[in-house]
Amino acid sequence: MTSIGTGYDLSASTYSPDGRIFQVEYANKAVENSGTAIGLRVKGGVVLAVEKLVHSKLLVPGANRRIQTVDRHIGMATAGLLADGRHLANRARDEASNYRELYRTPPPLKSLADRLGLYVQAYTLYSSVRPFGISTIFGAVDKDGPSLYVVEPSGVFYGYHGAAVGKGRQLAKTELEKLDLASISMRQAVLDAARIIYLVHDDAKEKEFELEMSWIGDETNGLHLPVPKDLFDEAERKAKEALETFE
Amino acid sequence: MDHIDMQQLKSGEVNLGTSIMAVQFDGGVVIGADSRTTTGSYIANRVTDKLTHVHDRVYCCRSGSAADTQAVADVVHLHLQMYTQTAGAPPSVHAAAAIFQKFCYENKDALSAGIIVAGWDKEVGPSVYNIPLGGGLFRQPWAIGGSGSTYVYGYCDATYQEGWGRDETVNFVKNTLALAMSRDGSSGGVIRMCVITEDGVERLFVPGDKLPKFWEGREVLGAGKTIPIDSGAVPMAVEA
Repeated sequence: MTSIGTGYDLSASTYSPDGRIFQVEYANKAVENSGTAIGLRVKGGVVLAVEKLVHSKLLVPGANRRIQTVDRHIGMATAGLLADGRHLANRARDEASNYRELYRTPPPLKSLADRLGLYVQAYTLYSSVRPFGISTIFGAVDKDGPSLYVVEPSGVFYGYHGAAVGKGRQLAKTELEKLDLASISMRQAVLDAARIIYLVHDDAKEKEFELEMSWIGDETNGLHLPVPKDLFDEAERKAKEALETFE
Repeated sequence: MDHIDMQQLKSGEVNLGTSIMAVQFDGGVVIGADSRTTTGSYIANRVTDKLTHVHDRVYCCRSGSAADTQAVADVVHLHLQMYTQTAGAPPSVHAAAAIFQKFCYENKDALSAGIIVAGWDKEVGPSVYNIPLGGGLFRQPWAIGGSGSTYVYGYCDATYQEGWGRDETVNFVKNTLALAMSRDGSSGGVIRMCVITEDGVERLFVPGDKLPKFWEGREVLGAGKTIPIDSGAVPMAVEA
């Protein structure tokens, strides 16, 4: 036993004596090492933004996107293992499609988050699988208006006005708290999202990153779409300006 | 694929010969049905309740096979309970109708079920959905169904108007069903109705001897006047 520690961290189906599941906590470490992802729930919709760290200059710009579309009106941004994010996106698409098939109506995000929470939690129960190494921000505009949820590796999920996961989440959260999320416009939210991503990026440790942004709401007729180029460029330019005045 | 023929039900199957109806008005919907259940020419039940609860504010009117429509309504009832628990809110009438439609369409070869789904929900208020034999789904301001409905399409088209209140709508349903029941041999008995609004579901009952009466025919031959004989007429003389 001494060579492998206490042995309580070898399986997600084993508790430690004080009631923890180490494999789930390690999964959270995988999330913490990832580039930051944030979500803003504002008056007319939801904005998602991701700090995608670029590990190689040889990569094509726009490769390995971390914002994905689940349904016409639902988007998700992940922090953590890229492949796990893509698997969960596929599962989310299946869930959304099944809901549509049965009820003939767009799935509310609350129902979808509930189902995906159950799915992610099931991976904390068996010794034969490992928990998801991702925290996922889901954004949507459904019959109840704009909504934002985060699903964690343990399978728990919470609803938020503003959410941040990944490396820079602490700073991002304090920045999000300064905003009046309930009353700002989607366009303003895009500018703030870009600014926060640029702010939390630590260019001492990580050199290159790509900003990814999408939105859902009044501006997109309720569809999950990438932020249009002119607004994206404006947001990026202002984010860089703000960075100079901030420091 | 052969089309479904109401006359080709399995022999001995209990059949809801039926006149059913649902009409929406400003504050809710009125649904109604006759009460006759038959096996062939035998009336198996003369006080049937064809207005079936599937959720707090969503009911269905059943026509076709009694067994099939009961089974489908039970499955939908189960799904709506599951929906309420997971969504934490009551389902829309549309969601309920969509589940009915799914089962009616996917099992169209095995089922004979013509169902009208009606109720009230928070999103759109009152609504009526018709799901006829093949498993289509149609939202309508009013819908009639069952064998008796064929006799009263003209009456409904000529009578229905938008903007009615509760009492006018109840009368319309009552009169339509009485007319259908008087012409259709597979419909009859009493009229059962429900008024579904935001506040609740009110059940109404019209006994068989209190049905609204309309023109019921008059004997032309036999009884009544005899052909008068002109007293002045004289039989033609016949020469010997």
